[in-house]
Amino acid sequence: MSLSITHHPDDATLMAYAAATLAEPLAAVVAAHVSLCPRCRAETADLERLGAALMLGSPRRSGEAPLEARHRAVDPLPALARPRVSRDERLPAPIAAAYQLSMEQIPWRRLGPGVWHHRLALREADEGDLRLLRLGAGRTMPDHGHGGAEITLVLEGSYSDVTGEYRGGDVQDVDEDIEHQPIVGKDRDCICLIASVQPARFKSLIGRITQPWTRL
Amino acid sequence: MLHAATASWPTGTGLPRPVRGAMSDLLSRIAKDRSDDAFRSLFEEYGPRVRNFMLRQGADADVAEDLAQETLITVWRKAGMYSADKGSATTWIYTIARNLRTDHLRRRRVWQELTDEQAEALPSNEMPADEAVSERQRQVRVQAVLKELPEEQVEVVTLAFIDGLSHGEIADRLGLPLGTVKSRIRLAYQKLRTALEDLR
Repeated sequence: MSLSITHHPDDATLMAYAAATLAEPLAAVVAAHVSLCPRCRAETADLERLGAALMLGSPRRSGEAPLEARHRAVDPLPALARPRVSRDERLPAPIAAAYQLSMEQIPWRRLGPGVWHHRLALREADEGDLRLLRLGAGRTMPDHGHGGAEITLVLEGSYSDVTGEYRGGDVQDVDEDIEHQPIVGKDRDCICLIASVQPARFKSLIGRITQPWTRL
Repeated sequence: MLHAATASWPTGTGLPRPVRGAMSDLLSRIAKDRSDDAFRSLFEEYGPRVRNFMLRQGADADVAEDLAQETLITVWRKAGMYSADKGSATTWIYTIARNLRTDHLRRRRVWQELTDEQAEALPSNEMPADEAVSERQRQVRVQAVLKELPEEQVEVVTLAFIDGLSHGEIADRLGLPLGTVKSRIRLAYQKLRTALEDLR
């Protein structure tokens, strides 16, 4: 999948990911992309070097209380067991691990003609929306704009819109002023991971009922 | 208006002392000998900085100290798994502190990996043999870039990395349009990338 990735997150998005200031659903999609994309892994590591340099450089405050280590490194502690990430060939590792999910197990629910989804729970519900989306081969999605930031990662299949073609591993990182009408590739269904963060005014009950379709 | 970020980043001074080489030695002494002295040195070097980081991220004094302790204990426990040639100690500690902050202060699921996990996930053919040397070079370059960045760019990246503000929050704090914040971030990023590209 990583062989032909051509669309990456916006630079500002990737920096916010490295600083851990992205809303959770957006961070989830970027993490999934980074797990598939050597270029963005290397970029993230450079941004973390920047974060580290800033952390070291932020000056100590004068008059602060001294800090004593509470523990002494006398007894060897057992090494922390590292949880093994369940590897699923089709779902990116961070998503498979966080939701204990494999592509075969996704309980798809129909959302409209040729559209299925599965919502992924977030720790804070008001952080936005994260879901897996399955779009029927050859379908044209309704023309739509966005109420806020939206990041889509293609997992299988492809789609295209005015901005280009998106295949496995590619990310489309759009902000609110973009309108587009994605057309799904003809050969197979397109499965995406999609995160969106809506401004507060879209969060009314009516909005939530009608939005799942209109925002696609 | 005096901005927190610029106020606390004296231009041209206050850049980190070069501690990386020494830190890697400390880590290997912690890992191999479980050396208490080495742990104390590591703590003296990083404890106050990590606590300061947590304070800037909005923790109160007690929580900031708890999280600084936990960061350094994590270093102690995992030092045996950490290989100095896979990434710098400083960056590793930054990622530990960042992830603890996300988990404990923000109560969000942590999506970012620690650098030791990233290194483990890398296929061996992506890891050049001279990685340790290039790691040191990369850090020197990163610090040089920071020195050269215009103050307004240092300000936005500091507000992101150190104060933990989103782009929207930075825009609010500085009274700037969101687009201006993002373009300053992109400019800073572009300079970082340019400075590092020949080390790839």
